[in-house]
Amino acid sequence: MARDTSRSVAVLGAGMHPWGKWGRNFVEYGVAAATEALRDAGIEWRDVQFVAGADTIRNGYPGFVAGATFAQALGWNGARISSSYAACASGAQAINSARAQILAGFCDVALVVGADTTPKGFFAPVGGERKSDPDWLRFHLIGATNPTYFGLFARRRMDLYGATPQDFAAVKVKNARHGLSNPNARYRAEVTVDDILASPVVADPLHLLEICATSDGGAALVLTSTEFARRHGVTGPMVTIDAVSTVTPTFPQTRIDMPDISTDSGVTAPPGASGGFKPAVIAAAYDEAGIGPDDLGLAEVYDLSTALELDWYEDLQLCKEGEAERLIRDGDTTIGGRIPVNPSGGLACFGEAIPAQAIAQVCEVVWQLQGRAAGRQVEGATVGITANQGLFGHGSSVIVSR
Amino acid sequence: MTTDTGRARRPAVDGWFTLDGEPALLGSRCTGCGTYAFPAQEGFCRNPACTSTEHTPTPLSRHGTIWSYTDARYQPPAPFVAPDPYPYVPFAIAAVELAAEQMVILGQMVAGVGTDGLRVGMPVELVVDTLYADPERGEDVVVWKWKPAGGTPASTTGSTTGSTPGGGDHGA
Repeated sequence: MARDTSRSVAVLGAGMHPWGKWGRNFVEYGVAAATEALRDAGIEWRDVQFVAGADTIRNGYPGFVAGATFAQALGWNGARISSSYAACASGAQAINSARAQILAGFCDVALVVGADTTPKGFFAPVGGERKSDPDWLRFHLIGATNPTYFGLFARRRMDLYGATPQDFAAVKVKNARHGLSNPNARYRAEVTVDDILASPVVADPLHLLEICATSDGGAALVLTSTEFARRHGVTGPMVTIDAVSTVTPTFPQTRIDMPDISTDSGVTAPPGASGGFKPAVIAAAYDEAGIGPDDLGLAEVYDLSTALELDWYEDLQLCKEGEAERLIRDGDTTIGGRIPVNPSGGLACFGEAIPAQAIAQVCEVVWQLQGRAAGRQVEGATVGITANQGLFGHGSSVIVSR
Repeated sequence: MTTDTGRARRPAVDGWFTLDGEPALLGSRCTGCGTYAFPAQEGFCRNPACTSTEHTPTPLSRHGTIWSYTDARYQPPAPFVAPDPYPYVPFAIAAVELAAEQMVILGQMVAGVGTDGLRVGMPVELVVDTLYADPERGEDVVVWKWKPAGGTPASTTGSTTGSTPGGGDHGA
């Protein structure tokens, strides 16, 4: 495979509003993150030509038109805008929207912003009686919450691959340690395997401390063409986005996924045809950037649960199927190990602020590649990847290099 | 039809399963490529290589094997309706693989079956059981659930110990 940077865009700035349960308007977090990203880039807001907002569906109409909402909050500047909703992949769709505008030559400077204010407890479907909405039906007919699916995936690892509750807890211990000094992380405290296993079970075999919380937060990126970045005075190694994968699953998708009650039927497929959704999202990113797993220096993956992080190791092809437990046991994915995963602390330390999260993953990779991740720095990395999965066939993977 | 409570039964969703005799999920089969769907498909076939829009209603296999399983220790938010508002009783949930249809379908396990008695690959069968009671209309609202198939270790574990997952730590 040949590394392909012909369709790369430059990351000039990254910014975040710290994650937490602040209870304020999501717009405030988005504006704070955007302001920090613009300052980081040395770009004036008036010079931004395109604003890509990642939508939140839990904050009323302003959340549905996030691009306009953030643009107005920063002061209408006549920029073109887009608003993207793609569940947990919303932030990646917004990045992709900005990237496409830049690569098509419609603009040189784009601002990507996502922010959320979340309610307490389980995510529930949108209100009303909607008997044709699978997301509504899974709660009503089965009581299947998001942790239900995390539990299914975890139990399967235990029965098929011999994963233990201690393996899953080790993922949380690692991520908690990684995030200790991350100023944007919500949870910054060490936890032990015993603490985790003593916390209440939510969805067998997963405990409360193994399932990510819902958080408030905001993240933003300033993206430009590589030519603009050079003109702007970037002289050292330029950090670029080399791939944004947002592919759907391929029929037949026979692995059950959030929020579905049933899978496709595999009867028409040739044997071994479906490799699953998450591996497909990653494979498309590798293909687009012309790299493979051996090129990676770090990964930020969507650890909605501890066990799900192990699934990602295999989806990223860091190891063969059924071998992820060995990676966590051997410390391969700890900072200092062969391929550090979630040096930011991951969702374990952040909780999920849906439209901001995929953008925040990219912010972390950018800071890691620039050597600016104080207290959690991965040494010598030149390529990083993000991996994310959302509902209804939305997932994403972004490859960043310097 | 009535349940053992003597009340009339009403399906929680129309047209997804049969109530009488040996109950079954109602899916569909594409007349063009033969792919199955649940719930029944209308219009375009889900197979991108198939242009058919005709689907034959088809009852699905009543037996399958567990793909994976978990439980719900905390009461799920609405639109879930607890069988009795208090106290909430945790229940197990299984994703079940149907061999003939080559698909996986999620469902609650019947009451009294905890995750301790379940394993990936264990045979189960489909039953129709109460999801919650509707006292206003004097009806039991029913849904499909999975039940360990006879003769397996799970059926004895489930029925003799009556173990429900996580008794005691619900309600937070």
